[in-house]
Amino acid sequence: MITKCRASSRVIYPLAIHEISRAGLRLLPMFLLVAAALGLVVIGQAVSWLTRIGAINYLGTIMVIVVVRELGPLIAAMLLLARVGTANVVELATARALGEVEALEALGIDPLHYFVAPRVFGMAVGIFSLTIYLILGALVSGYLWAFVQEVPLQPADYFRQLAAALSGLDFALLAVKTGLFGFIIAIVTCYHGLAQPLRLEEVSHATVRAVAQSVIACVLLDALFIVIYLIF
Amino acid sequence: MKAAASNPAVAGLALEMRGIAVAAMADPGTILVEGVDWSVAPGDFWVVGGQQGSGKTDFLLMTGGLTAPVNGAYHFFGNGMPMFEENRLGERLQLSMVFDEGKLFNRLTVSENVSLPLRYHRNLTVAGADAEVRPLLDLTGMESWADSTPGAMALAWRKRVGLARALMLKPRVLLLDNPLSGLDLRHRGWWLNFLGQLSRGHPWMEGRPTTLVVTTHDFRPWQGVGRQFAMLKDRRFVVLGSWQQVNAASDERVRELLAVEAGSN
Repeated sequence: MITKCRASSRVIYPLAIHEISRAGLRLLPMFLLVAAALGLVVIGQAVSWLTRIGAINYLGTIMVIVVVRELGPLIAAMLLLARVGTANVVELATARALGEVEALEALGIDPLHYFVAPRVFGMAVGIFSLTIYLILGALVSGYLWAFVQEVPLQPADYFRQLAAALSGLDFALLAVKTGLFGFIIAIVTCYHGLAQPLRLEEVSHATVRAVAQSVIACVLLDALFIVIYLIF
Repeated sequence: MKAAASNPAVAGLALEMRGIAVAAMADPGTILVEGVDWSVAPGDFWVVGGQQGSGKTDFLLMTGGLTAPVNGAYHFFGNGMPMFEENRLGERLQLSMVFDEGKLFNRLTVSENVSLPLRYHRNLTVAGADAEVRPLLDLTGMESWADSTPGAMALAWRKRVGLARALMLKPRVLLLDNPLSGLDLRHRGWWLNFLGQLSRGHPWMEGRPTTLVVTTHDFRPWQGVGRQFAMLKDRRFVVLGSWQQVNAASDERVRELLAVEAGSN
């Protein structure tokens, strides 16, 4: 597959760049809004409870556990699925129903190469970048909400708490997890769009199936990573 | 079904089928045509008729190597078909197909649709392929549509884009599924004239006669254009011969494809 991508790089690379733009850059405003909301939700709840039990020094730790390890990647995956994954199934299933797959095969072009490879690459790269932006946005907005709630916490202290709570494993697992989320969403949506001959009226069913299976696969993968965190 | 092995004995024939059975692409369990024995020499111009639903499109998809035959042996210039292997792509590209209604890539412009096979197989940019695409667009009367998308075009023009795309790599054999369906007289005339030129040796093909196979549900427009006729009838592939033999046939099904009632000839 990689050799073929290189052999037709002037066709495939622009498609991959388009997919990265679609699954990354164009979603950035929405992700920043969600990041601000995520920071508010987590800090809003955490400050109220941590203040009562005198554990406000754990604010950074809670942000790392909740946002960096869990909600950040999972919310990014769900947003990517909603905004790009569904469009992916509809596009591919419609292309399949209208005979574009047969047309590609008749021209000696591998549909996996033309339709799937750019999407898998674009989604894996796109979701990784977006998750990083989402997490950074949530951490910053978290501090701002804490500041608004008059929590006696200096930025340096907050940053120190975050740094203390993070480990090398967090970065490694975050990279693997987000990449896998993107890969799973791309593969599942492409599979449902392309794998079987479809009629136009079956496109909506294929989309629903792809969304349901992507959500289940991402949640199961997330559960697997929780086990890995617990082991290490 | 395994691909048939190469057979040097039939290497001189463009297409050679023995005992071929064809299943429906949408329902592989349904056999549409069986027992096909057919030889197509280079430069032949075959017209394959059949009523709607007789399996013409599925037969052509199998002939184009997009589906495997259920049974029998099929060779393309002596090489076993279908060819799905990557290392046989060069041979595979000698065969091209024009689909009914075009089957164009709706998100690409006309120019991008036509240039796609060239760009993909020769790794060219859009600008790099332009010098080769423009003459073909001119040739097919599509130059003013170059930047349009297929959704904005009428069927007649979409069909021409499909033809231009299939000709981009200058194949030796061209299969056309119902090329005249849904066309007005002016467009029909253009197609018949253009296919006649391809069959005799068009400058775009460097003067080499192109082997043509078209399907139709009406033989009449092909008089004087197609050289050999066959039809799909009761799940069989029946070779009818020349136009004179078709015109003289008394078979009711053949007369239907000539839009003539049996016995009125």
